[in-house]
Amino acid sequence: MTETTLLGLCAAVLVGLGLFGLIVNPQPLRKVLAFNVLGGGVFMLFGVVARRGAAMGFGGDPVPQGLVITGLVVSFAATALAVALILRLHAVAGTASLRADALDATTAPPTAAADDAAAVQRLT
Amino acid sequence: MNVLPWAGALVAVLLLALALWVIVVRSTFAAVVGFVAYGIILSLVWMLLHAPDIALTEVAIGSGLTGVLLLGAGSRLRGTEGNENAHAPGAVVRVVAALLCAAVTVGLGLAVLLLPEPAPSLAPLVAANLYRTELGNPVTAVLIAFRATDTMLEVVVLLLALVGAWSLAPDRVWGGYPGLRHHADPNGMLVYAARRLPPLGIVVALYLFYAGSNSPGGEFQSATVLAAMWLLAMLAGVTHAPPTAALRVRALLVMGSTVFLVVGIVGMFTAGAFLAYPAGWAKVFILAIEVPVTLSIAVALGMLMAGAPERPVQA
Repeated sequence: MTETTLLGLCAAVLVGLGLFGLIVNPQPLRKVLAFNVLGGGVFMLFGVVARRGAAMGFGGDPVPQGLVITGLVVSFAATALAVALILRLHAVAGTASLRADALDATTAPPTAAADDAAAVQRLT
Repeated sequence: MNVLPWAGALVAVLLLALALWVIVVRSTFAAVVGFVAYGIILSLVWMLLHAPDIALTEVAIGSGLTGVLLLGAGSRLRGTEGNENAHAPGAVVRVVAALLCAAVTVGLGLAVLLLPEPAPSLAPLVAANLYRTELGNPVTAVLIAFRATDTMLEVVVLLLALVGAWSLAPDRVWGGYPGLRHHADPNGMLVYAARRLPPLGIVVALYLFYAGSNSPGGEFQSATVLAAMWLLAMLAGVTHAPPTAALRVRALLVMGSTVFLVVGIVGMFTAGAFLAYPAGWAKVFILAIEVPVTLSIAVALGMLMAGAPERPVQA
């Protein structure tokens, strides 16, 4: 087996591991982390395909390589937005839980709650 | 790579061990530290796959910026960790999830083993047309010329993510300062580094920008280093992220995509297609895009790291 094929199989395992973490870990921040592990695996598959397409003196097909660079920046943007959403959820609900019953169980901190209640009142 | 015959296997084992650590370890802090190491090992994989441009991007954005972002969020959410872990799914869900994920892995693994031979490649096409872009680095040529639409939309995606994060601000702090105010010991190591490193970092960023046309590097790597230097100064309290309502920040943010769009439309009249460059003018058009785009990406990355507005302007 060539090194490129080995790295391709490694990428397949990374996708599986990331997906598992995404499903079973209850903390949203850990889901974001797992999603990034998954993303690393997907990008690596692209890298393997690019490496196999090496030709004309290039070490790899530059088109999938360029797509991975674009993908890395987009994945950072998505991660930053997800983290902002989680922090906002924490500020409003006092918990970072994704469970439906978590909001009823906890009392929100007064400032953020009052702030949002006022906003809701203005809207309605 | 024939320098180290076992490098591929060694790196693959390290990568899998780190990924497993990130997924199963209890403490979020330990998981994020593992993720940063995962990103660094991943950049070694990119070197083995002959993709130095991606290796630079991975280590700067994938490992560095994402790591700092998650470390900050993890420390703010530390209090909620124990409570959430008590609600982990039961054994049945875990087993079903594990089987599903194993099936995905096996499927992808088979796809890797059954990839067509000889491998399809666009490399000959890129090599044949590289001279038209007046660039030496094929990956930069793909990003800024052959698939420039992707790059333009990506700059827009960064803006959209920022708009999304900013719109999470409650009315009270709308347009205010993002994130928490950072304080550090003025005589400490962090402040010292924040004062000494940025000049060096800016030179490195300029070099990456300049080198990108013919060697590994380019506007994304350059912008990330600039953003990292800005972030370092912010974390040390040497400077503060500007309020999100500041006009100069917004102008810098939209500058990149605006110039990209204008150059694209100019291409429609001078070269017959959106984002086409007229023969002999490619270098000028590409530079006209790259400079503002690099600045816009750097500001967008820095503001995304700073987060949603949390403090009002008049405080």
